[in-house]
Amino acid sequence: MKKDLLSIADLSCEEITLILDTTEAMREIGQRPIKKVPTLRGKTVVNLFYEPSTRTRTSFEIAEKRLSADTLSIPVSTSSVLKGETLVDTALNIEAMQPDMIVLRHASSGAAHLLSRICRSRIINAGDGMHEHPTQALLDAFTIREHKHRIEGLKVTIVGDLLHSRVLRSDALLLTKLGAQVCVCGPATLVPVGIERLGVRVSTSVDEAVADADVIMLLRIQHERMQGAFFPSVREYFNTFGMTKARVARARPDVIIMHPGPMNRGVEIASDVADGPYSVILEQVANGVAVRMAVLYLLAGGVEDEAAA
Amino acid sequence: MTDAVPRARSPQSPNHPITQLPNSAAGVLVTVVMDADRMSRTLTRIAHEIVERNRGIEELALVGIRTRGVPIAKRLAHAIGEIAGHEVPTGALDITLYRDDLMRHAVGPQPVVRSTEIPFSIDDKRILLVDDVLYTGRTIRAALDALIDFGRPKVIQLVVLVDRGHRELPIKADYVGKNLPTSASQSVQVHLMEIDGKDEVEIQET
Repeated sequence: MKKDLLSIADLSCEEITLILDTTEAMREIGQRPIKKVPTLRGKTVVNLFYEPSTRTRTSFEIAEKRLSADTLSIPVSTSSVLKGETLVDTALNIEAMQPDMIVLRHASSGAAHLLSRICRSRIINAGDGMHEHPTQALLDAFTIREHKHRIEGLKVTIVGDLLHSRVLRSDALLLTKLGAQVCVCGPATLVPVGIERLGVRVSTSVDEAVADADVIMLLRIQHERMQGAFFPSVREYFNTFGMTKARVARARPDVIIMHPGPMNRGVEIASDVADGPYSVILEQVANGVAVRMAVLYLLAGGVEDEAAA
Repeated sequence: MTDAVPRARSPQSPNHPITQLPNSAAGVLVTVVMDADRMSRTLTRIAHEIVERNRGIEELALVGIRTRGVPIAKRLAHAIGEIAGHEVPTGALDITLYRDDLMRHAVGPQPVVRSTEIPFSIDDKRILLVDDVLYTGRTIRAALDALIDFGRPKVIQLVVLVDRGHRELPIKADYVGKNLPTSASQSVQVHLMEIDGKDEVEIQET
């Protein structure tokens, strides 16, 4: 493993497989009466979250604690960031207190790369702007592998806000790397130019896109990142792109429905689909802890070569 | 060790097939100290000892340490089952996350973690911890820590196929297949049919 986990683009297929295999072992720890191993005893992990997050932050914190790391989370709303401190200054000040790893969530694409260049600590990207969210893609891949026992050759359809989604970028990179056929679909205003370069096929019709899909992944409509009008109304979006039972019926009979959360029920997904038999949305959350334990464990070791240390 | 059979291995040179020296560039000197037949009899003997020393085998459970402790535990379970007519539950323990040498190296990848599977409660059980080779004792220390996280067994006993000495911690096996005096420069390899395609214990000069 490299020093940091910044992007799926940096990972080889072997490293991805190692992370997924390690996740398998980590998952068992969560089922023990004592859900803790001493592996990261004496390591300090700082969770620096510049954006609101329930799932990812809780998931990282639980993963860190299960590995016995000392952990603290800094919600930016109560920190000196409000007094005007820059990201770099905040990071350097945290670095001065000798943490071993920093988990960063930031609204700007490339924020994790910036810290990676200036910090001695290992940096884990927990979502940077519209760029990447690598641990989400890893937990998605793990969940898919659990159900389908493979990734290669699967048809994965991703529907929703393709423009603002870092989850899409990480998932598309990872799944195509492992040999899945990824088809994406969303309103033309939310399809970024050049998205084909991720190795995905773009479809303009949901009905066509979900046909024979092994996996359907919905992406949240990110109202907070939308400064303009990307579609006429939420109701129209749901009618055109929302995942309903009728649309799910077009996919393969053993299709699984995924959503990285938080869900907008009645916007990108119908409630009866979100809670229905094909939904693995809560399994994704459960697997998130194990995936993050695997990443923390693997990053805590030595780096590949001395020059990078 | 009257049954020790020294023989040279890989790459075979017709000129000096047996007398190859350790550290010679040509290969490693390997001595087989236990063959398949002897291994089978040794495990049967240990199974008898276990039954003899643990009255009421309903409380017994075997936990093998990954990798090679696991098939040995399964074989012992089978042998105990044949002797006592009672199937003994078997689990697999991976001790990687409890190792005392993790994070001590600035370079190199983390050891691979494999899954632990103990599909029964160890509370109030008589646990037989099984490994192939007992050496420094550090693996057993890690395994004891790991086991305690699963509950509170009544007793933990240690079973090893080979005890090669050189302990670094105050740990002693309760059942030993073979005591094998070695030097620290030697390495002891246990090969098992389930993993390596043959049953054999050998000493390699390095």
